[in-house]
Amino acid sequence: MDNEILHILSKNSRLTNEQIAVMLGKKEEEVTKAIKEMEEKNVILGYPALIDWEKTDNDIVSAYIEVKVTPQRDRGFDEVAERIYQFSQVKSCSLMSGSYDLFVVVEGKSMKDVALFVAEKLATIDSVLSTSTHFVLKKYKDKGVIFNKKHKDNREAVVL
Amino acid sequence: MNVQKMIAPHIAAVPPSGIRKYFDLINEMKDAISLGIGEPDFVTPYTIREAGVYSLEKGYTNYSSNAGFIELRQEICNYMERRFNLLYEPETEVLVTVGGSEAIDLAIRTLVSQGDEVIIPEPSFVAYKGCTLFAGAVPVPLRLKAENQFRLKREDLEKVVTDKTKILIMAYPNNPTGAIMEYDDYVEIVDFLKDREIMIISDELYAELTYSGKHVSIANFEKMKDRTIVVNGLSKAYAMTGWRIGYACGNRYIIEQMKKVHQYAIMCAPTTAQYAAIEALRNGDEEVAAMVNEYNQRRRLVVDGFRKIGLDCFEPLGAFYVFPDISKTGLSSDEFCERLLLEEKVLMVPGNAFGECGEGFVRATYATSTEKLIEAIKRTGKFISKFKK
Repeated sequence: MDNEILHILSKNSRLTNEQIAVMLGKKEEEVTKAIKEMEEKNVILGYPALIDWEKTDNDIVSAYIEVKVTPQRDRGFDEVAERIYQFSQVKSCSLMSGSYDLFVVVEGKSMKDVALFVAEKLATIDSVLSTSTHFVLKKYKDKGVIFNKKHKDNREAVVL
Repeated sequence: MNVQKMIAPHIAAVPPSGIRKYFDLINEMKDAISLGIGEPDFVTPYTIREAGVYSLEKGYTNYSSNAGFIELRQEICNYMERRFNLLYEPETEVLVTVGGSEAIDLAIRTLVSQGDEVIIPEPSFVAYKGCTLFAGAVPVPLRLKAENQFRLKREDLEKVVTDKTKILIMAYPNNPTGAIMEYDDYVEIVDFLKDREIMIISDELYAELTYSGKHVSIANFEKMKDRTIVVNGLSKAYAMTGWRIGYACGNRYIIEQMKKVHQYAIMCAPTTAQYAAIEALRNGDEEVAAMVNEYNQRRRLVVDGFRKIGLDCFEPLGAFYVFPDISKTGLSSDEFCERLLLEEKVLMVPGNAFGECGEGFVRATYATSTEKLIEAIKRTGKFISKFKK
């Protein structure tokens, strides 16, 4: 049941526990309990909306940054990752296989803002060997949702 | 010349569908929610669309053989065996048609002569009656009962079978009621039919959309397989309505004759769609399962929602329709639907559009987004509350 609940929530976290219970043919209490448990275990970390900020008057610039680092004795990459992800400008931080180590998504108000953050905060961390910054020019799809494509129901209004 | 007089009387006599006015009303409305649409809201899965596009890029634009590409017929046979345990020969026992609708028309035309009777359990999809009349045969309605969950019962069948009966139409999972037939339901029907000269056309377009156990076809019964033409297609299960790919499976002699009618009327089903269908049947099982799972969630939501607002609603176990009883409101099906649309901007289809015995019911489709369904239930609840004493 947990997986089914997660699938439903990942598509629409605004449904009530009662509605989810009905959809799954379960009792509301069961669903409430399962969700609470998953929240406590940090399986469910939050319920953010997926927003196309470009359509708003908020200026947001994102950059994907490849970071090469020197791992620390005993703590591997975790310590440097922690130093990076605590910055509020960092929206996502992952350890990668391949030619670089950490993949960091940074958001700022302008390209300069992001570039300064990289130059002053990120690149200056001791274990960081190099950074390579890629600015996002346009987002087509995120978290399985295609942007800029309003779902239009083209079906005839009545089909027998 | 009076052109109208030139139209054959048996064609002119068939009335047009009575739901035109709802089209006109809803087209002028903003924010209306239609639960009147008998097709999936999903877009055809991309891998299937891509296969169609690829065939065009390659320039595969010729006719196929009349019966359809042999690769497709082979995939259909694999599918029928894999999903429903039905065995057919791709060379002789399968015909690819322009949607399930064509297969129904072909089957009826191939079997009936003037005056033969075709038993149509109602409420039912509208095409069976029309095709029967166009073929010069006589449609015999069989009234299915809500207390039997709209399943076919032997005693109801016995009452309408005559020595002129040629065809019994079976259509489960059912449009418009959402009813299914389970194995045990078929036993008494098969027992009744086994010694009679009656053919079955079994419209199983909604077979994948079965929410209780596995779909059972009447052709699964040894004695019935040879006298059953199973009609299926990709429209509902694979969300491929506009592609128009259906098929008929059955006895080779009958398929051969149906193919002749199909050859002269149609040539072959559209080939771009046939290529897409091959991909669908080969690699589409997971996509189907995901869609069925989602329909099932919405089904529970709608049945629960309707019951909570006070509509009597038997639990539909197939297709994507609910068929609530609205007689408690004191309105006819038509009045109910017209007022619901005008007052709350929700469109359902009056049950009598599917045969006289559908009066007192309405059909609502849950092949629509969860958000819209929740809103539609809310609005319908507001409407129903006007009639509570």
